[in-house]
Amino acid sequence: MNAVPISFYLVLSAVLFGLGVVAFVFKRNIITIFMAIELMLNAVNLAFVAFARAWNQLDGLVFVFFVIVVAAAEAAVGLAIAIALYQNRDSLNIERVNLLKF
Amino acid sequence: MEFVTQHPILVVSLVKIVILLFLTLTTLAYLTWFERKVVAHIQSRWGPYYVGAHGLLQPLADGLKFLFKEDLTPPGADQLVYILAPFLALSLALTTLALIPFGPSTITILGQPTQLIIANVNIGLMFVFAITSIGVYGVALAGWSSNSKYPLLGGLRSSAQMVSYEVALTLSVVGVVLLAGTLNFDAMIADQSGYYLHFIPRWHIFPQIIGFMCYFTSAIAETNRVPFDLPEAETELVAGFHTEYSSFKFAMFFMAEYANMLTVSCLATILFLGGWLSPFPDRWTFLHYLPGVGLIGLALYLAYDAAILARGIARIQLIVITLGAFVLGALCFYPPVMVVIQGPFWFLLKVGFILFVYVWMRGTLPRFRYDQLMSFGWKLLLPVSLANLVGTALWIVWPLLVKHG
Amino acid sequence: MSLAFILFFIFALIAVAGAVLLIVAREPIHSALALILVMMSLAALYLMLGAEFIAAVQIIVYAGAIMVLFVFVIMLLNAGVEERTNWSKIATYAGIPLGVLLLLELAHWMAHSAMGATLASGAGAPNEMASTQALSQLLFQTYLFPFEATSILILIAILGALVLAKRDE
Repeated sequence: MNAVPISFYLVLSAVLFGLGVVAFVFKRNIITIFMAIELMLNAVNLAFVAFARAWNQLDGLVFVFFVIVVAAAEAAVGLAIAIALYQNRDSLNIERVNLLKF
Repeated sequence: MEFVTQHPILVVSLVKIVILLFLTLTTLAYLTWFERKVVAHIQSRWGPYYVGAHGLLQPLADGLKFLFKEDLTPPGADQLVYILAPFLALSLALTTLALIPFGPSTITILGQPTQLIIANVNIGLMFVFAITSIGVYGVALAGWSSNSKYPLLGGLRSSAQMVSYEVALTLSVVGVVLLAGTLNFDAMIADQSGYYLHFIPRWHIFPQIIGFMCYFTSAIAETNRVPFDLPEAETELVAGFHTEYSSFKFAMFFMAEYANMLTVSCLATILFLGGWLSPFPDRWTFLHYLPGVGLIGLALYLAYDAAILARGIARIQLIVITLGAFVLGALCFYPPVMVVIQGPFWFLLKVGFILFVYVWMRGTLPRFRYDQLMSFGWKLLLPVSLANLVGTALWIVWPLLVKHG
Repeated sequence: MSLAFILFFIFALIAVAGAVLLIVAREPIHSALALILVMMSLAALYLMLGAEFIAAVQIIVYAGAIMVLFVFVIMLLNAGVEERTNWSKIATYAGIPLGVLLLLELAHWMAHSAMGATLASGAGAPNEMASTQALSQLLFQTYLFPFEATSILILIAILGALVLAKRDE
């Protein structure tokens, strides 16, 4: 049973990253944009794990660990910002928050 | 048959899954009967006793009722999420049972030797917690998709409670992991063999009693049971997150709650109470007759019941159950079965005891208010679990520290 | 077509389908569910790559805590029920073919590069590579400073979230 070549995983990671960029650019709800950022981080995690397996080193996995932790911290702060935004502008549409002073 | 020899693991796993699923669903149904009977006896009344002898057909009647009730969807509910939530809750609750080891022996299914566990994963404990942490979605999505105030509030409160107590749950277990040095269930149970002072079994509950208390309390909160069941209490929030669910979807939530209870009890048994190990020394081989003797004793009591106490159709049902118990008891004396049944017998006995304590608490304790509940979880249980973890780590590392000055 | 290939394609398909659903879904809660689907299939792919601890951490932390946070915020804010995105014509008719072309070129250069041989090898049989013990030794010895730094980072994030989300009383 031959295993799957590592390049397959990298192509999948590139596809997911590209889809994350598309979602980031085209969506208007700020929470959906945050989710697109999480998707991009996940794609990068997949690339790290694939390379950790390719070179047979565990450092890639440690990096994935740190990326997950940093993503958690960033999601918490980002969602707090989104809540504060909603309390001020009463909308989560980013096209309504393009004025510095209201 | 070549399919079996070419894909042995697949076929044997499928057979084990089917058997376990059948046994589990029956156990869940009769767990509801057990709870109603015990709570009733605590409250000085009889539980179900009319439907079948001793109320034993009550779960069947309840199942039929749930199947035939009208299945309505609240207007404005999000269809996909509304249907997804109970499926998610039940399927996740049942998935963790694939990781539980029921015994040490190796049995033979379809000619292939296999163990009494469906998936022997090296990091089994982490996967159980992973599946438990996804279980929050079943509750949160159920509350939200019902498009109504009370379920939304109940769902949010319930899922916030589950997420909070999950932290204390995982931390209280790390002490056991430090003692055993592994995350694998089989190795953890093997670490609990042997005796302190030649008569106290070396179970993890004795060095980790604080961990066990924290684990048990967090587990009750995690499964939304009394005294932590405010989000689904009837006097507070109608019925919490499953208000707008009817018939079979409600039955799925109901079963998911009991399946979660069963999973948490199995986990407590494996981690703290020695799993399938017997508390008595292995030299006492006469104890191997205990399952058979127990079942025959139960059959004799049921026979007395059938002959003296019961009337009418209950007598016929009791005679049938007595015969079944006699057959099972006789089967336990058959040597190959007697060897295999020892592990599962002690395991199920301990799980049954923990479930009894669960139901006992339901009948006895009043419930917490929501803010009391949250402050208890974050301000008391989490620091105590952390202190237990630090203490255990210090105790393990102390000899090394002293040796190196 | 060995079992590994079939499993890889199933999970890869689920992941890409989830990502496409994230883009196409009209309600944020459906996007959140699609992202959870992506994360679970990625966890399965990590298992196939032999990283079992990271798969469990991904499910516990990412799908079980971070996404719960997202779902809570979406439910509490009742965030943006319907949003209509008008995709510009240029983006659809020129963007998608160009994107596919970029992807094909990346795949071609990956296969023919110096790393190509390693990348195509599938890196052998699963060994004790990603055992929890080895990973934790690396984490607590070589990478101890980043570990402590991330714990301070989490503390700062907690304080920041508390300050930001507090209502002005």
